[in-house]
Amino acid sequence: MQRITIDPITRLEGHGKIEIFLNERGEVENAYFQIPELRGFEKFVEGRPAEEVPRIVSRICGVCPAAHHICAGKAVDKVFGVKPTPTAIKLRRLFYSAHYIHSHLAHFYALAAPDFVVGPEADPPVRNVVGLINKVGLETGGQVIKARRLAQEIQAMLGGRATHPAFVLPGGVSKGLTEGERKQIEEWAQFEVEFARFSLKLFEDVVLKNKQYLELIQSDAYRLETNYMGIVDEKNRVDFYDGEIRYVDTQGREIGRYKEEEYLEHVAEHVEPWSYLKFPFLKKLGWKGFVEGPGTSIYQAAPLGRINAADAMKTPLAEEERQKFFEFFGGRPVHNILATHWARLIELLQAAEELLELARDPEITSPDIRNIPEGVAGEGVGIIEAPRGTLTHHYKTDERGIVVKANLIVGTTNNNAPICMAVKKAAQHLIKPGVAIKEGLLNMIEMAFRAFDPCFSCATHALLGELPLVVNIYNHYGELVEQIRRA
Amino acid sequence: MAEKLKIASYWAADCGGCDVAILDTHEKFLDIVQAADIVFMPIAVDIKEKDVEAFPDGYIDVCFFHGAIRNSENEHMAKLLRRKSKVLVAFGSCAMMGGVPGLANFKDREGILSRVYFESPSTDNPDKVLPQTETQVREGVLTLPAFYEEVKTLADVVDVDYFMPGCPPASHQIVNVFQAIVAGNLPPKGSIVGASTKSVCEECSRIKENKTIKRFYRVHEIIPDPERCLLEQGIPCMGPATRGGCGAACPVANQPCRGCYGPLDGVIDHGAKYISALASVIDANNPEEAAKIFDQIADPAGMLYWFGLPASLLRRVRK
Amino acid sequence: MEQSFEPKIIGFLCNWCSYAGADLAGVSRLQYPPNIRIIRVMCSGRVDPSFVLKALKEGADGVLIAGCHPGDCHYESGNYKAMRRYLYLKKLLKEFGVEDERVRLEWISAAEGARFAQVVTEFTETIRRLGPSKFKEKAASVGKGA
Repeated sequence: MQRITIDPITRLEGHGKIEIFLNERGEVENAYFQIPELRGFEKFVEGRPAEEVPRIVSRICGVCPAAHHICAGKAVDKVFGVKPTPTAIKLRRLFYSAHYIHSHLAHFYALAAPDFVVGPEADPPVRNVVGLINKVGLETGGQVIKARRLAQEIQAMLGGRATHPAFVLPGGVSKGLTEGERKQIEEWAQFEVEFARFSLKLFEDVVLKNKQYLELIQSDAYRLETNYMGIVDEKNRVDFYDGEIRYVDTQGREIGRYKEEEYLEHVAEHVEPWSYLKFPFLKKLGWKGFVEGPGTSIYQAAPLGRINAADAMKTPLAEEERQKFFEFFGGRPVHNILATHWARLIELLQAAEELLELARDPEITSPDIRNIPEGVAGEGVGIIEAPRGTLTHHYKTDERGIVVKANLIVGTTNNNAPICMAVKKAAQHLIKPGVAIKEGLLNMIEMAFRAFDPCFSCATHALLGELPLVVNIYNHYGELVEQIRRA
Repeated sequence: MAEKLKIASYWAADCGGCDVAILDTHEKFLDIVQAADIVFMPIAVDIKEKDVEAFPDGYIDVCFFHGAIRNSENEHMAKLLRRKSKVLVAFGSCAMMGGVPGLANFKDREGILSRVYFESPSTDNPDKVLPQTETQVREGVLTLPAFYEEVKTLADVVDVDYFMPGCPPASHQIVNVFQAIVAGNLPPKGSIVGASTKSVCEECSRIKENKTIKRFYRVHEIIPDPERCLLEQGIPCMGPATRGGCGAACPVANQPCRGCYGPLDGVIDHGAKYISALASVIDANNPEEAAKIFDQIADPAGMLYWFGLPASLLRRVRK
Repeated sequence: MEQSFEPKIIGFLCNWCSYAGADLAGVSRLQYPPNIRIIRVMCSGRVDPSFVLKALKEGADGVLIAGCHPGDCHYESGNYKAMRRYLYLKKLLKEFGVEDERVRLEWISAAEGARFAQVVTEFTETIRRLGPSKFKEKAASVGKGA
């Protein structure tokens, strides 16, 4: 059996590795997407005081620290039996909107866009963010940096710093906004809304109006029929911070919804010996293996999951864009994984609109930002939508509020099985007997998981936009017969 | 034109926040890539481990290594990059001191694996499957790195030239250090770069009145006065024992310093130093009373070593 | 194995009281086990907690800190500081899985030679009973790059 090793690809908060096995006819027999890393946060938060946990667990991911920080914060509100003040909730939402802007911008421009703007088979040295800037012009490039910088500065304004903030506490937040800061954020938020609209326009012009890219997006190589999951508000609109978790089947029908504390009835995680990362699935349907189509228990989270699981976006401009999106694909749900990029930009617009709305909220500068807890309830589950998927933090404590048990299902983990399957599928369609395996083809295999924005990507791909990739092709005897690298 | 610098950046066991911090140099990042070629950065450029192996020894001018040493792959890459780099920088709290992942040294390997793969309530693992370094699947053998018993620092496994603290390092400090590298203006080997020689308290604008206290508060129990020193209000803040350079970012956000920049020069154990600071701030000459006050600290060991357990004198729990 | 175990004990004794007390034990020819190695410090308040941790790491099975009785400190409050640090250290050691009896704080005046001998005798027995410390690392492995 021939074997193709892609090692390392990128990390999901660490390293990733792809092993592709070819059969004797040269067709893809199987593919494995492996995560070789574990840090064990679930264990070592035991013994830590619950109120400190939001600051500890932000270190799970430096790319989406705000997601872990806020999610743990929601869980520890419950641990201490305290509700945040209305202003505190708004400040958390404002902070989180800024975080979404940073995260989605970094992913789209630095990671995803080079494949489309520069081209999926362009030369590797230009198929990156520098090549992108050269193509779209320095002015636009500067705007991208500015839009991301402002989003980071808003987080730093509240949490002391953008990465690993010190912001959320049980019952509220540690710092409020002054009127001067509010004005500043309002001004920046207007820019973010405009920039998000510009980004959607860019996507339309460069991707949707390009026949080759359209074919790619609609091709079977990048189509995966799974269930979808996302948080919705009381009107079933996409909500990043709070609501019920809704999941729909491959036809888009709601097949379940749950509140935070009910998650264990709905989601379970499967273990494979060849990956340190577990594989979540819908518990009521049971683990059926890596299969797609009606009846599968595999689900996708992240932007495509959210937009498929909700009935609407929460903000008006984003909702218009959502309608365009489903019209374009001919209805809900959309199974084309590359459409995730488009969905991500629609979310970017929602985040910017929410940021602006909150910056104009008369209550946002209220000094009433914390409630002091009066006791210890001893258990709490927090669930939010991390940019990369539904994020669950669950803590149990002793009577002093010291953590005794913790359970985490992080954003990217939800997509572990879909990523495995997407990679295999892309490989099966792209690697054909008798067709030479070229560098551009490797990039197209990468595009399959890149759509999911695996957790490490935003930060890193913003630099030069490429993953290291080597493909080793072995013959049946395990001898290396060919090596292709992108350099 | 002089030859451009060759720089590399690699991460081991960490969160990626160090890379975000580099990216958060924003517009100045463009200056960095203009002055230097990134010859290895697995997340950014197309150079593979095999290509690095093919570099002549010392080919990389400066390598920023972030992340702790948690598994066999981390250690292997540390050794490879040490050989290929003229200057190796332990970048960020994890590489320098073990960082937050180093808190795992309060636990053991078996405890972590069993919690994650067997006991976690969402895990459905009736056959007690554990990730294996080698797995025979139908098509062949799949491999994973070995998960170590304890978290180590970069300097535990290779010789390190410079240490740059922070979780993550402040972006303005990254710009400073990069400028020093370009100017060939680096301090003697073994130095701490990108940080202050003074404590966080020196950068903190909160008013200190040399007050002593009768009780400690946990952060959720009190809304502190935004102008006054947190420690003097009874909130344990690591500022007095911690190296500055961050601009007292956490106290600015009304939360206590947790020590990510590590100890000051000459201090061999960050936590031990902080014990002295705590012992000085409480007002109790009677042992029973003092013991009661200390009992109000919820996590006496963890608090001292949030970012540096693997670099501490005791390193890890032993049973 | 157990029979051959001779505890190594480091004693940090304050110059003004406890060291003089040890001296008195010596000139009075009082018998006490030879397991203690004495380091004279100017005040028990000079004993940084890291001294204790370092001693344990580098081979001590027990550490004795001794200073002037409360109220008698040559520097007014050094011994109170020592007491507070010691209380915290004991909490810390427990969390690391070290028996907190390995570290002991005593007040011994210049006149208490007999008390010094008694403390050392008792403490040596305590440590002998506990056995060798798990925190010993080879001296060579201390510090960076080991």
